[in-house]
Amino acid sequence: MNGLVYTRYELLRSFRNRRFFFFSLGFPLLFYFVIASPNRHVQNFDHSGISLPLYYMVGLASFGTMVAMISCGTRIAAERQAGWTRQLRITPLSTRAYFRAKVLTGYTMSCLTIGLLYLAGASLGVSMPTHYWFEMTGLILIALLPFAALGITLGHLLNVDSIGPATGGGASLLAFLGGTWFPLGGHGFLYQLGQCLPSYWLVQAGHVGLAGHAWSLRGWITVAAWAVLLVAAAVYAFRRDTKRV
Amino acid sequence: MEAATQAGSGEGIRLSGLAKSFRSPEGPVHAVRGIDVVIARGETVALLGPNGAGKSTTIDMLLGLAPPDEGSVSLFGRAPRAAVDAGLVGAMLQGGSLIQYLSVRELLSMIAAIYPAPLAVNDVLEQTGLQSIAGRRTQKLSGGETQRVRFALALVSNPDLLVLDEPTVAMDVESRHEFWDAMRAFAARGKTVLFATHYLEEADQNADRVVLMAQGRVVADGPPTEIKGRVGLRTIRATLSNVASDEELVELPGVARAERHGNSVLLSCNDSDQAIRALLERFPEARDIEITGAGLEEAFLALTADGDAPGEARS
Repeated sequence: MNGLVYTRYELLRSFRNRRFFFFSLGFPLLFYFVIASPNRHVQNFDHSGISLPLYYMVGLASFGTMVAMISCGTRIAAERQAGWTRQLRITPLSTRAYFRAKVLTGYTMSCLTIGLLYLAGASLGVSMPTHYWFEMTGLILIALLPFAALGITLGHLLNVDSIGPATGGGASLLAFLGGTWFPLGGHGFLYQLGQCLPSYWLVQAGHVGLAGHAWSLRGWITVAAWAVLLVAAAVYAFRRDTKRV
Repeated sequence: MEAATQAGSGEGIRLSGLAKSFRSPEGPVHAVRGIDVVIARGETVALLGPNGAGKSTTIDMLLGLAPPDEGSVSLFGRAPRAAVDAGLVGAMLQGGSLIQYLSVRELLSMIAAIYPAPLAVNDVLEQTGLQSIAGRRTQKLSGGETQRVRFALALVSNPDLLVLDEPTVAMDVESRHEFWDAMRAFAARGKTVLFATHYLEEADQNADRVVLMAQGRVVADGPPTEIKGRVGLRTIRATLSNVASDEELVELPGVARAERHGNSVLLSCNDSDQAIRALLERFPEARDIEITGAGLEEAFLALTADGDAPGEARS
């Protein structure tokens, strides 16, 4: 209950951070138009079964949202450095409410990224029945859970100087291995590796229009397993961090 | 010893046998070595000591930020975490900055909303003299203004216990004045205040009682005047030509010790005000007079050297 107003101001803060806002939303959009605009008529892109504009719409939405979620960690690291986290520990604000505010901020940024990319996709001819859009969005939001936990973990393990390269590099690698930039095909090492990563399933949400091709049981299990693992890591990192004086 | 008897009335703050050590590359550091302090509701207590005396570690344990190795803390009969959750405690920790992209007023509202019975944000802005910068973004504040906002953040929860760790660091003289005025106004509402400082003057002027810490122990505990007498040593230096004996100087009120080197006289005083008046009355021809305050560090060294506080064996 007591976290509601806190969350509201937390959101206000992220909207006022213009540069963060601009780059977080701008880059995925820019990439999308650079890649998809010249190839807007490619159907069944690289045997993925879906059109190129749809593939990259979801691919860049996955990249943008992944970065938005992991950025929660950057904010946590900055607040730790400023002594703000310590200040909050002598208020009745619960740890749960603090993290909820952070994760909700990440999700809000993610929804904006998704919305903008959907509009961009539609402008390049992506069209689907309405319920597919909703289903796809739902899958993306679920697949972001592990990334929220990853952000919190990194925010408590790393300091302000090291968290930038760590999240930037980490997100790029996860995006690459997950198939954001090109389809991983249906066999081979990269495909096998990709299937074990939450970022792969994030990208796969775009296959919602192909019956049974969005998330297999394996997809659900992979995302759930990463979520559980990373939430445990986040709890560990938080406890370790707060034990120090 | 007077201080210890004030304890009985109601449940205030109780620190019992608190101890904490840290590991460091040079071996363990015994930051706090067994502290017993009882503070009654409504008291304003200064925790006075030089840097490294264990003040901040004590405050961290009091607030529940650090678990003690030994001993316990009770705030109004509750464990620290429970007292914090009930909104009974407001604190201004040492160092630390503010989060960005909010105005001063918004930041105060954000924190006030966490508490069950906060003060009105406008009242706190007024009490801390922040109205004129209430609309300013936190990243545009000066160091002194930031400190005042941090003080306002501690007040806005309307706590029963206000804890301030070296609150006036980074404040200019005028800000300090306003700060202590606001603190005293708050304390006057029957609130309990504990503040740490290494300035004797701050402790003397703003506290009902001073707990003196050195090397992780409480070395003295009493009213400011008493503590001042013990650590507020000042030295009077003067040139006198017709002194018959050292006794003549030691007999002057306020003088603890006297030394003579030819015509040059050195008086160690526990009350230099009284001493200087008496000196001038007795020796109107005294010249080249200099009064210097001994640093707290020196005073503590003197205190701990002759007292050598009872050392409980610590592992």
